[in-house]
Amino acid sequence: MIWTTELQPFVPFYVGALLIVLTRGYVRLAVLLLVPVLGGLQLLGVEPGTYWELRFLDYTLTPYRVDRLSLLFGYLFHIAAFLGVLFSLHVRDARQHVAALLYAGSALGAVFAGDLITLFVFWELLAITSVFLIWARGTERAWRAGMRYLVIQVLSGVLLLSGVLIRYHDTGDLGFEYLGLDGLAAWLIFIAFGIKCAFPLLHNWLTDAYPEATPTGAVFLSSFTTKLAVYALARAFPGTELLIYIGAVMTCFPIFYAVIENDLRRVLAYSMINQIGFMVTGIGIGTALAINGAVAHAFNEVIFKGLLFMSMGAVLHMTGRINGSDLGGLYKTMPITTGLCIVGACSISAFPLFSGFVSKSLIMVAALEQGYDWVWLALLFASAGVFHHAGIKIPFFAFFAHDAGIRVKEPPLNMLLAMAIAAVLCVFIGSYPWLLYDLLPFVVTKSPYDATHVIAQLQLLFFSALAFAWLKLSGLYPPELRSVNLDAEWMYRWLGPRAVRAFVGVVGPIDTGLRQAVRRRLRAVADVLWRYHGPHGVLARTWPTGSMVLWVAVLLGMYLVLYYL
Amino acid sequence: MRRNKQKEREHLFDRPQNVKKFLRLLYAICAALVLADLVYLRHVTHTWETLFGFYAVYGFVACAILVLAAKEMRKILMRREDYYDLDD
Repeated sequence: MIWTTELQPFVPFYVGALLIVLTRGYVRLAVLLLVPVLGGLQLLGVEPGTYWELRFLDYTLTPYRVDRLSLLFGYLFHIAAFLGVLFSLHVRDARQHVAALLYAGSALGAVFAGDLITLFVFWELLAITSVFLIWARGTERAWRAGMRYLVIQVLSGVLLLSGVLIRYHDTGDLGFEYLGLDGLAAWLIFIAFGIKCAFPLLHNWLTDAYPEATPTGAVFLSSFTTKLAVYALARAFPGTELLIYIGAVMTCFPIFYAVIENDLRRVLAYSMINQIGFMVTGIGIGTALAINGAVAHAFNEVIFKGLLFMSMGAVLHMTGRINGSDLGGLYKTMPITTGLCIVGACSISAFPLFSGFVSKSLIMVAALEQGYDWVWLALLFASAGVFHHAGIKIPFFAFFAHDAGIRVKEPPLNMLLAMAIAAVLCVFIGSYPWLLYDLLPFVVTKSPYDATHVIAQLQLLFFSALAFAWLKLSGLYPPELRSVNLDAEWMYRWLGPRAVRAFVGVVGPIDTGLRQAVRRRLRAVADVLWRYHGPHGVLARTWPTGSMVLWVAVLLGMYLVLYYL
Repeated sequence: MRRNKQKEREHLFDRPQNVKKFLRLLYAICAALVLADLVYLRHVTHTWETLFGFYAVYGFVACAILVLAAKEMRKILMRREDYYDLDD
């Protein structure tokens, strides 16, 4: 029977993508919904272990390896795929559904990869399948952003492959296990992971491409790529101290950009880097508590960030606008979406009883326990900041603020349902975290709910809200403006093209001159050759065979004479 | 889609006094949370945490700095909306 634990989790998604092409109407909708549901149910019956090993050329590959860490991400990606599929059920464009299923399947393939070659294959498939969710927007901007996204993602894959091959050459080992930051191969793999994880300066593909995706595509995009990178880091580089500082920087710098960014989905993209920063810090600290926190936060973030991207996708879908400067007052006609968005906002801000709280506090406690005081202060700053830009700014400028006069209805039922399920999950995990805690790689003993933590967190958040109210009332708060804010991408979107143009401007004439000079010399040589060896040249005349025989006879005669001498 | 002023009913935050009520609620919660520090026994691990109202002050200052610094950043970083479109 094919429906056994031997079946790799990505297979149903790839088969589903094929069926989408072959079906129409309600059958297609059924296929879409059934793929993540049946795939998820099947995964529930899978126990940790290695299920498949094969030899390819000289390599031993392990395409299907299951342990607690990969299982957790496996469950998570099924939930994310289901929410995404439900949210995009009204979309008529089959290409988007096919791309989404292939993308989710590739993420699952990578999560269960037991060797680095399999990881590389799915790593690249992830890039190629996801870009169609950006291009499906159909605008020139989306096309260009998708192209930049694809180039950077494929570059990450190339670095990964280089690292893997060097590692194989050095050690003969292809296992996707703990690598540690030691040697060229490990560094290449680390940077490859870092690109997908949106490390500082390598992060702009995320803020560039995600806001250009379709309203539904951005929900899928926010779920898989970066979380897979977090998974990869947790497996290969736990306890790498450098990650603590990279993570701390990631939590802090994007929130400044988020405050002044106008496109609300781009605000979410920046806040995503901020949230990944918490996970990266946790992986860097590397204790059982910190790894648990990082992994649990990845789990929660997929759901609450998915919820926030869904709510903004719903706004974009209904109004056709997404800039904070163009929106406002939507709570009047979209009260359900508003409420669900606020649940997502509370979760990302880590309000007690919402999911962010039960995972982020693990990382914060771990940072404090290990004596990273300044990192802890940075994380605390970022926690206040995330409430400010994602918790308040997103719902405030979209649904409240000044009334933009837009009167649209609630989004389609499937969108509302997907958001509602995500919201229920946020509150459920936040109120009863033990179901999630039981899935974590290490045993969790302490409840995050003690009076000190809860009150401290509430103080932090409510006084952040107070600061927002004060700044807004006093008119100090920067208005939402239609603008672009310079970021690291300036290097390749502004400086790069200009540098190339300048280079071509200087080197071009020199190059042309040199070519012409060389061509003239070559022509002169060719003329000489032509004169002597051409059809009428002295040396090219045909000689009769007889003269050839004569000369051979002369040569032989000379040889004979020399021999006798 | 456009607003029809005669027909439309009044919404929650259309009335300024509701906004005021909402803000008063926020102030009251903030005050209660700071005072709570005096009431219960706190289990803190770090010396900074023992300071009275540490989290409250930190949250407020952090956000104020965040927003005001971001506002200053605009002077250096902000460009026209089509800044990159000219090159792309």
